[in-house]
Amino acid sequence: MKLSRKWLSEFVTVDANDKDFAEAMTLSGSKVEITEDLGAEIQNVVAGRIQSMERHPNSDHMWVCQLDVGREEPVQIVTGAWNIHEGDMVPVALHKSLLPGGKKIEKGKLRGVLSNGMLCSLSELNLDERDFPYAVIEPAALLNDYKAIDPEKPSVPAGVTPGHKLFGAVKAAFVTKVENLGGGRFAVSCDSGGTYHTITTALVNIHPHDTIALDTEKEHICTLADLRAEQREFPHCISDGIFVLQEEGVRPGDDIRPVINADDHVVEFEITPNRPDCLSIIGLAREASATFNAPLRLHNPAVKGGAAGSLTELLDVETPDPDLCPRYTARMVRNVKIAPSPKWMRERLRSMGVRPINNIVDITNYVMLEYGQPMHAFDYRYVKGGKIIVRRAAEGEELTTLDGNVRKLTSAMLVIADDTRAVGLAGIMGGLNSEIVGDTVDVVFESANFDGACIRKAALALGMRTEASAKFEKGLDPLNTLPAVNRACELVELLGAGEVLDGVIDVLNHVPQPTVLQLRPEKINALLGTDVPVDEMQSILKRLDFGVDGETVTVPSWRGDVEHYADLAEEVARFHGYNNIPSTLQRGETTRGGYTPEQQLERALGAVCRSCGYSEIITYSFISPACYDKIGWSPDEPLRSSLKILNPLGEDTSIMRTTALPSMLETLQRNCSYRNKSARLYEIGKIYLPGGPDGLANEPKMITLGAYGEDMDFFAMKGAVEALLREIRAQDVHFDTCSSDPSYHPGRCAAVCAGGEQIGVIGQIHPLVARNYGADTDLYCAELSFDALLAAQGPGAEYVPLPRFPAVNRDIALVCREEVTVGALTACIRRAGGKLLRDTALFDVYRGTGIAAGSKSVAFSLTLRADDRSIVAAEADDEIKAILEALEKELGAVLR
Amino acid sequence: MKEQLAKIKADALSAFERASDAAALDALRVKYLGKKGELTGVLKMMGKLSPEERPVMGQLANDVRAALEGALDACSEKLEAAALELRLKSEAVDVTIPGKPVSLGHRHPMYIALDEIKDIFIGMGFEVLEGPEVELAVYNFDKLNAGENHPSRDWSDTFYFDTNSRVMLRSQTSPMQVRAMETRPLPIRVIAPGRVYRKDEVDATHSPMFHQVEGLVIDKGVTMADLKGTLNTVVEQLYGAGTKTRFRPHHFPFTEPSCEMDVQCHKCGGVGCPTCKGEGWIELLGAGMVHPRVLEMAGIDSEVYTGWAFGIGLERTALRRFKIADMRLIFENDVRFLEQF
Repeated sequence: MKLSRKWLSEFVTVDANDKDFAEAMTLSGSKVEITEDLGAEIQNVVAGRIQSMERHPNSDHMWVCQLDVGREEPVQIVTGAWNIHEGDMVPVALHKSLLPGGKKIEKGKLRGVLSNGMLCSLSELNLDERDFPYAVIEPAALLNDYKAIDPEKPSVPAGVTPGHKLFGAVKAAFVTKVENLGGGRFAVSCDSGGTYHTITTALVNIHPHDTIALDTEKEHICTLADLRAEQREFPHCISDGIFVLQEEGVRPGDDIRPVINADDHVVEFEITPNRPDCLSIIGLAREASATFNAPLRLHNPAVKGGAAGSLTELLDVETPDPDLCPRYTARMVRNVKIAPSPKWMRERLRSMGVRPINNIVDITNYVMLEYGQPMHAFDYRYVKGGKIIVRRAAEGEELTTLDGNVRKLTSAMLVIADDTRAVGLAGIMGGLNSEIVGDTVDVVFESANFDGACIRKAALALGMRTEASAKFEKGLDPLNTLPAVNRACELVELLGAGEVLDGVIDVLNHVPQPTVLQLRPEKINALLGTDVPVDEMQSILKRLDFGVDGETVTVPSWRGDVEHYADLAEEVARFHGYNNIPSTLQRGETTRGGYTPEQQLERALGAVCRSCGYSEIITYSFISPACYDKIGWSPDEPLRSSLKILNPLGEDTSIMRTTALPSMLETLQRNCSYRNKSARLYEIGKIYLPGGPDGLANEPKMITLGAYGEDMDFFAMKGAVEALLREIRAQDVHFDTCSSDPSYHPGRCAAVCAGGEQIGVIGQIHPLVARNYGADTDLYCAELSFDALLAAQGPGAEYVPLPRFPAVNRDIALVCREEVTVGALTACIRRAGGKLLRDTALFDVYRGTGIAAGSKSVAFSLTLRADDRSIVAAEADDEIKAILEALEKELGAVLR
Repeated sequence: MKEQLAKIKADALSAFERASDAAALDALRVKYLGKKGELTGVLKMMGKLSPEERPVMGQLANDVRAALEGALDACSEKLEAAALELRLKSEAVDVTIPGKPVSLGHRHPMYIALDEIKDIFIGMGFEVLEGPEVELAVYNFDKLNAGENHPSRDWSDTFYFDTNSRVMLRSQTSPMQVRAMETRPLPIRVIAPGRVYRKDEVDATHSPMFHQVEGLVIDKGVTMADLKGTLNTVVEQLYGAGTKTRFRPHHFPFTEPSCEMDVQCHKCGGVGCPTCKGEGWIELLGAGMVHPRVLEMAGIDSEVYTGWAFGIGLERTALRRFKIADMRLIFENDVRFLEQF
């Protein structure tokens, strides 16, 4: 919401610069986003009167002007513009001046002639013709500016003389005198070859010694259009030029900023959705009044009325859906004269970022800004049957809105209709079929209150959130419609834009009763932790126009957000000052605080991953359904059943992942593509499985490891997984060959088991899966269930006495079939070994010379020890013998 | 004999001095002091001396032995020292050669920032709660006093799993307030960090998935002054003692009064600069007193209990903490990025 400080000052006098104003308003709850000094970029630009102008001695198109800028001596400025005349008042950017866009103007020579500055056009002052409609430039076709497109075939001969017949009655005429009549009109005296004419014209580029094309019958000076000429044939006869001021009371030397409203300051607020009342000048003025404790000067619109006719005979309003239209207020204006609105109104609209259009439309916008009540004006001619019906649209009904788009409506949308058809989309935009146009005679002003939700949904569905709908959707004050429509009518009379009909049509379907609350000062102080006296609370509320009678508070109609004592507490806090509330420390019963065992485990496991060299990543919870194909899952994989987002941002983020593997593979591949030589990554993140309570998901956490690059292979990753299992002191840990997981290399994948349960999987990613991700290197991953790890936690540490007696080490090298695993050999050794066998360590696996094809040699170092004595060689021999027998019997493994 | 002893002493001492290593010195020890050594040989002749001479010579011989032993020890020490020096010299390394790499993983910067916040609150007696991300709209909106027509319920803002807009991806961590109030004994002091989801396209400051930390305190006699005191303490721990803060009124459906908390811009000290967009303050978090209606909906008597709550966006906190310019880096997980933290 923008706020013109000039406009604000009509309602409240605030003596504060922009910075202080912004700070105070922000701290009382109206957050200021930015402040803008509209004239900050205009410096040393003044009004100047052209005293004389001569053609530039060295140029065929420039003028040398002497200007009165309120100094003793005139100032000389050279310009290339042709629309100026002696006596004109123009904006002068003097030597060392500044123009919008940071443009600096300094004196200099133009073709050898000194120019002490620059005359400004509208655009150079950041204005356009809508700001000053009178400054539109219409040029005559000056024959002395003629450049033939084809030099061989000129339409106008070179050195054309007065009286030369161009076509029909159009002859060349030599200008002898131009008198500036003011108001953009000129008396041009000319000679069309012995015949003398004096013609009054608004064509602005004619000067003595010019040659014009004169229609001698119509006494009309021809424009380019009259000659059917192209612009390039008359390069200097253009509709651009200097902004010639027609403002009254401007004297040479006056600062240009007040003249063009560049002395206003605009403050932009971020208004929270609970305060639609602050989407208006009056609403913000009320806040400013309370913030600065300055009186609020409100104005009661007064309408003279008296136009011929009876409103009730001319207009009837029906509201068949009263719940969607709590109130509909309308007045009528007759004999409207559509014209530009006055400068002051255009300036205010423009400061607030609204484009002026015409007096009637401008009035509706002006009232919307001032009162926060969206208004609509429509042409009475097109209200068939003199009846306005506020109804739900028919399913599929079409309406062309003011922006020219055809809208297809549904029955959830509210329209303003006449007997036969819709003429507007309620609260959003008017219909093109009832638009205010140049010949509009009778106008209906609508000032209504619509259901916010209905307007919001319709605007959203149609993709047309307008200024009006943005206000309505927040829920407006139904009591505001009448003052607003009266204000509009008052402005019509003030602008002389038409005659207001007596009476008001006011359909009141639902007028809310005022909210009455108890102040409860102790409770407010207890909530805030303050000692604000009751009278300060009452004073604050009064400043905001709350009705205060002792401790009974009546909430004003525009404050629908205040429903509770806590809301009153906020009002008190806002103006007592949030920063005047003390800062105290927590009291009361102490709580223990801290991490749960699960959270502690999560932190510990993350720390182990990092100490193994794995860095933490965070990936999106949603993935593409195509990911399941990419990781090689079969079409009937049950985990493909995922929660599907019905309105995703895109296919790539449309389902909730039931596996974290795709996210990890994507991350690995991204690092590959960044040419990072290696990566070791982990994520502790959720997967989302359908079937949770209340239709929600089960959201177990997974620890996913992923790596590639130097020194990375199956066993490097297995080492990290083993470290995690050691951290939780897992019991009965084993890795079982797993060739069935489609995401992994069938020969390089293991099920990770602990405590009798499978807790995850580890392996090299299947080459085809890696290829799906575009990886040109081997990828390794492990996926562990956090819950399973939690369950597999072993008992806490307990000290085992250090050995007091020496151990006996025996190395055995076994030859066995290739398919016998080290795990099977180790398990067999452990089973067969007696109490004395304390450790079984693999130290070599060998294939090749001396070993038959299809066999391998596996060497272990066995440690034997007793706790109570030194064992003798014979004991060890017996133990080894038993182990070897078992190995041979069970696995066919023999001593090499 | 006396001359013999003197000669042995002189010879031996000079020989010891010349010994070049421990082995040579040891050979000299044997030569002079060994069982068959020269001094022993002389002593063996003591028997031939007169009883008067014997003690004198004996004394002399012992003196010589002591002198030789002393000299031997001294020479031995000297040789050992020289040998050690030689060894140390030969073992010297170029200490500027890089160490053998130990690869350590890195915590994600956002979770570093989260850990800091968690640790501060845990120190103040808070517990850390986790909860569902696939959430009921009832928890995300209704029970937080965000009515049926609250704009953030729109399908353009929030992700839904069913056409009735019943099950959604939580758009804030605030539903954890309700879950905490419904399930936990009073008083409550919890924070609830986690992932949240909004329908924002990815750019330098937006992501459809991001993180928040919610905080909730419910007890008898909890005031807005407590909210300020606690959050000021947190900010001092996060940003250093003496960090200035300010509280501004704001609006959230589930708190009343509501506020936003700003910290004074660390770059300009409050004067205004590009970092704080000229305001001198940087918005840090939203907070407020738990709306009495929210308490009532969760079955807590709002006449007896009051509470306060806050919510902070983690990404922005981390970006600021580590001066990261683009939020996309957070979810890109480039190791060159991760290894900086």
